[in-house]
Amino acid sequence: MSGGPRSFVLRLVLILGVLAVWEAVVRLFSIPAFILPAPTSIFLALYRGFASALYIDHMWITLAETLMGFVLGSTLAFALGIAVALSRRVEYFLYPFIVMFQAMPKVALAPLIIIWFGLGLTSKVVSAALVAFFPLMVNTIVGLRSSEEDRVNLMRSLAATRGQIFWMLQLPNALPYIFAGLEIAMIFALIGAIVAEFVGAQSGLGMLMQSMNFTMDVAGQFSVLLILSVVGLLLNTIVTEVRRRVLFWDPSQKLDVVTPRKGGMP
Amino acid sequence: MFLPANRFPARIKSGPGFRRNMRREDALNETVRAVAPTPDIARDVIAVRRLSKSYGSGADAVDALRDIDFTVSDGEFMSIVGPSGCGKSTLLKILAGLMPASDGTALLNDVPITGPRKDIGVVFQSPVLFPWRNVLGNVLLPVDVQRLGRERMTARALELIALVGLSGFERRYPWELSGGMQQRVALVRALIHDPALLLMDEPFGALDALTREAMNAELQRIWLERRKTVLFVTHSTSEAVFLADRVLVMTPRPGRIADLLRIDFPRPRSIDIMTTEAFGAHVRRIRAGLNAGGALE
Repeated sequence: MSGGPRSFVLRLVLILGVLAVWEAVVRLFSIPAFILPAPTSIFLALYRGFASALYIDHMWITLAETLMGFVLGSTLAFALGIAVALSRRVEYFLYPFIVMFQAMPKVALAPLIIIWFGLGLTSKVVSAALVAFFPLMVNTIVGLRSSEEDRVNLMRSLAATRGQIFWMLQLPNALPYIFAGLEIAMIFALIGAIVAEFVGAQSGLGMLMQSMNFTMDVAGQFSVLLILSVVGLLLNTIVTEVRRRVLFWDPSQKLDVVTPRKGGMP
Repeated sequence: MFLPANRFPARIKSGPGFRRNMRREDALNETVRAVAPTPDIARDVIAVRRLSKSYGSGADAVDALRDIDFTVSDGEFMSIVGPSGCGKSTLLKILAGLMPASDGTALLNDVPITGPRKDIGVVFQSPVLFPWRNVLGNVLLPVDVQRLGRERMTARALELIALVGLSGFERRYPWELSGGMQQRVALVRALIHDPALLLMDEPFGALDALTREAMNAELQRIWLERRKTVLFVTHSTSEAVFLADRVLVMTPRPGRIADLLRIDFPRPRSIDIMTTEAFGAHVRRIRAGLNAGGALE
């Protein structure tokens, strides 16, 4: 059923059909543009935004915030995840904090982060990093602890040191979990950046949507949403592409499994 | 007619059962004697003395092994046969240095085994290959861990891979191989660092019957070529007899030695030997030993 040129055409026809019905409904019932804009006006807004370079500038800002937040959050999550997974002491002392923060909706911290780090880039990077942090940390811990007993016994029977067991067994063994965490972290970083822009910013796609909201430019908002989903898709594709190359040996790689959501809410 | 399990002599060499068994062994040997190995004058690679292991403590303690005594001489192939729960895997883990004994000692080349050692090779029931390493990479794992130098050891690895008939598969990954091929890789990995002792824990238990027979013949061929000291744990009586110079029979709860047989069939042995009367006699005696310990009830 899936795949093949015929189903691809059918898919395209379906999308165009939905857009046509949408357009027709808006025109037929004269729905006001500030409630539901017609697809044509959304595409027009998209065109104008790109023609004036307005969208490009803001998109680069949001993208930079997201990527910097992703790198910062992932690095910290990875380091802390390793520390917790390898040391029962570290786990014992950090556990209460981890549980508390994991249950907390991290986006609720955005107003505080704006107060602490200002309206500029820093607050968005911090927010993105914070939201991206938990899914990767949790997956790193689970992954590092998931080594099969026989494999650990094999390494130990060869008189391997703890460091060797980590580098030759635990870390490669954890990579499928780590990449699943990175995939979620990438999307979560985008959410963190956008939310922080909503709360207070001078630039970025989130700020742009916020200002469009004040002027009732709903078609503009729809066009920015479209950009955001394309950006999200691209970021996700980058991670899955890297994963595909690194984890060529992972059996779950061959199945198109949906990555489990771990690490609590954004 | 049999002694109750808890009074069965654990120390074979001093118990009354030993002499009775020796007579039967001699009678068998007259029918099958051909090339008599001379392990008695060879030095002992393994010497296990009054080894015991219990899990837990106090009233909840469970005896896994009690007063295990045996030796394995250099180049000898010894099978340990017993039902599940007789502690044979525990025994192997202790010898591999993965687990301390509760009492008694296990010596490898006269040195007590107190932890993992670099001169032991282990083959587990499952191949335990790392999917991120190809066949050659998996074989070279001990080389990487013990820093023996990949450049120096790659030639030896390729030679061993050829020995088990896997030439051409060096760059393949584990998931591209059949179960039997994977277990051959595991065997080569256990041999790569030239260990003084090879421990095999039901290595062919997960294979189908035909593959298992082929692997038995294969293992014998490799053993004849390399003459490693092997301790081979299995729950298959015929596999134990086919492969071994001597068979140690264990009974469960607590794990103890019920019998020790010498198998004097000439080598190389063909699979057809399994249908001979002498082979059947050995298998029956092992079953009797297991029965006496209440293992086959």
